[in-house]
Amino acid sequence: MTTIRLTVNGQPIEAEVQPRTHLADFLREQQLLTGTNLGCEHGICGACTLEIDGAPARSCITYAIDCEGASIRTIEGFDGDAPMAALRAAFSTEHALQCGYCTPGMLVTARDIVTRLPGAPEARIRKELSGNLCRCTGYAGIVRAIRAVMAQSGTPSGPGLASVRPVAPTAP
Amino acid sequence: MKAPAFDFTQAQSVPDAVALLADTARFTKPLAGGQSLGPMLNLRVAFPEHLIGVRQIEALRHAFIDPANGELVLGAAVRHAQIEDGLIPDVTRGLLAHVAANIAYRAVRNRGTVGGSLAHADPAADWVNTMPLLGARIVVAGPDGEREIDARTFMTGPFTTALDEPELLVAVRVPALSDAARWAYVKFCRKPGEFAEAVGGVLIDRPRAVGRLLIGATDGAPVVLEAPTELLAASSTDSQVAEHWTDDRLRAAINAAGIGHDPYVAQLHLTMARRAIVAALA
Repeated sequence: MTTIRLTVNGQPIEAEVQPRTHLADFLREQQLLTGTNLGCEHGICGACTLEIDGAPARSCITYAIDCEGASIRTIEGFDGDAPMAALRAAFSTEHALQCGYCTPGMLVTARDIVTRLPGAPEARIRKELSGNLCRCTGYAGIVRAIRAVMAQSGTPSGPGLASVRPVAPTAP
Repeated sequence: MKAPAFDFTQAQSVPDAVALLADTARFTKPLAGGQSLGPMLNLRVAFPEHLIGVRQIEALRHAFIDPANGELVLGAAVRHAQIEDGLIPDVTRGLLAHVAANIAYRAVRNRGTVGGSLAHADPAADWVNTMPLLGARIVVAGPDGEREIDARTFMTGPFTTALDEPELLVAVRVPALSDAARWAYVKFCRKPGEFAEAVGGVLIDRPRAVGRLLIGATDGAPVVLEAPTELLAASSTDSQVAEHWTDDRLRAAINAAGIGHDPYVAQLHLTMARRAIVAALA
């Protein structure tokens, strides 16, 4: 066991971890923050996506021991966050979830999209969502929710998928 | 799926990491962003006994232009997202940023590093294909100091490189393209973000006497074809360089790489190479 110090949802934490314990297991089983869901556990499905130092990351292929000094924000840590509040409402309105298993990771990714890529067209939103798998919704409601939040924040999403033509690979 | 038990030591510096990697009593490997090694551990494909954390070593986190020759020195722990976001100096007329933006998914690009991806040497990954196309050099540190390896000979097979133990990949030196350089990098993926089934790349930079075609995502090291020197003279044109790469030449290279036996695979690689040629000249 090794002692690590990190911040989780704004709280400084000191804890004993085994090197093999990934960040999601550390959060769920040692910190009892069960909002982070585990799907594939090898970095494909995106269910465990959370924020490390402000950027989305996979907590199943990040080891807690390698998070010394990091600031972690899980789905439980977005109270009072305006983009996340808007996304939660929009996910509900647009039927962007059914079983809810992918939703914590989906919301963290969606927040990254609306804050990093305001006004992104639908094709770009779908590309950015490609690392988060949802087996219920067919993604249609999720894309609508993201577009709705972009529209609310004064940065309307660009043209819908139907009007986006395939673009040849760019070269100078 | 949980990783097998391993020990972990955070290295404080490059010499510290090299000294730790020199421990031959245990199977010791460096851990950078963990976006390839993490899945390998969780899937129980790799069983290292001791991982050396190198992600936080300050000397690996820089990217700068070498004033001596204009090359970009890209630290091994620079993350794909930093390149995607234009946070490093661009000497490749956007090629590095274009490649970075299409590696896996943003959550992976936020953690995955250039050096980690190169050292992992998955034939279908992007930097092991891009760096040979650019004629970059891989800088590795060992007990006796640093040495450089031409990126075109760095990868010796699938998941196998010219790195000796206990060497650590510390940087990539990327030569600056001229203002006349034209490039293309295309890949075939059935789903955005997945590993490529075929990669095609072209770099035509006649002021620097470079005319290079890449056939990547093979079963091993990427194939790099260099255009004949006479086609790179000032009197020739970019189109003449491109016309050198006939379907016959491309098919011969695909066959020589050992991936010509499957008509589907061979056709995918031929098509990606052909698309790269068209895109570079567009």
